[in-house]
Amino acid sequence: MSATELPLIGDYSTPNTELSGARIGVVTFPGTLDDRDAARAIRVAGAEAVSLWHADADLQNVDAVIIPGGFSYGDYLRAGAIARFAPMMGNIIDAANSDAKLPVLGICNGFQILTESHLLPGSMVKNDHLKFLCRDQVLRVENNTTAWTNQYGLGEEITIVLKNQDGQYVADEKTLDALEAEGRVAFSYVGWNPNGSRRNIAGITNAAGNVVGLMPHPEHAVEAGFGPDHTGTDGLGFFTSVLTHLVGGQK
Amino acid sequence: MPRIVVDVMPKPEILDPQGKAIVGALPRLGFTAFSQVRQGKRFELTVEGEVTEEILAQARTAAETLLSNPVIEDVVNVEVVAD
Repeated sequence: MSATELPLIGDYSTPNTELSGARIGVVTFPGTLDDRDAARAIRVAGAEAVSLWHADADLQNVDAVIIPGGFSYGDYLRAGAIARFAPMMGNIIDAANSDAKLPVLGICNGFQILTESHLLPGSMVKNDHLKFLCRDQVLRVENNTTAWTNQYGLGEEITIVLKNQDGQYVADEKTLDALEAEGRVAFSYVGWNPNGSRRNIAGITNAAGNVVGLMPHPEHAVEAGFGPDHTGTDGLGFFTSVLTHLVGGQK
Repeated sequence: MPRIVVDVMPKPEILDPQGKAIVGALPRLGFTAFSQVRQGKRFELTVEGEVTEEILAQARTAAETLLSNPVIEDVVNVEVVAD
């Protein structure tokens, strides 16, 4: 199977587990939509994608984890609220907080799950204009020292897809001040704030730089012909960043 | 069967976009007396049998951990309603 071929249904984990490359887990909850795109992005970047099921507790020795977008548990109650208590999430929370500092990326619904898990501060509420929005969004890289952003230039502008209804990032003023002062705003919206997020925040990192969450979707912009403007591959840097981080080449 | 009612409201400092949409719709229907609307959630937890202090304490804990997110919401009421 080539890097970009994935079965439409069933397990997409690479069968040969003796590969020496990095193993990156992708968590699937009921209602997850973008797990296959995330797995595809991992393969395009040259790593092995490992399917992680929400009800299992075994992390299968993965080197990093992506929590993809979608509407886990229908987003009932609050976006990400029920997913946060899945057995797989308990392990991910422990591994992210451990000395090993497992790299974790939350995209869209994954970002919402990370805030509900308290791995990242703040929360997401409904877009200020109340509508679902899907557009090519320009972001500025505000921190290029994390496990997921080290292949970008500081201040670099990238265009990836934004698609959500509950994308308005909120936190109290004290938290927002601390995020800005500590360089923990990873990405900000450029040109137009698409959802009313406080201080134009599109994505944040934890203090250690191993946990990053953002609302826009880098996994949809990794191949020419499919990304924004049908050419964009601006999202690929997330996946090459974590591989660089894992081999110890972080800037 | 008795129920425990849990009321959750968005924090005052959090913009409530749903409430904002509703307050915009009210005057269009002739309801002009209302200057603000905030939309919250009401949960009804049905209990088989008697509501003991222990069960009420469980409901309070559930309200703070699962039913609400303290970053954006406040639990404003937990009470027992008998049928």
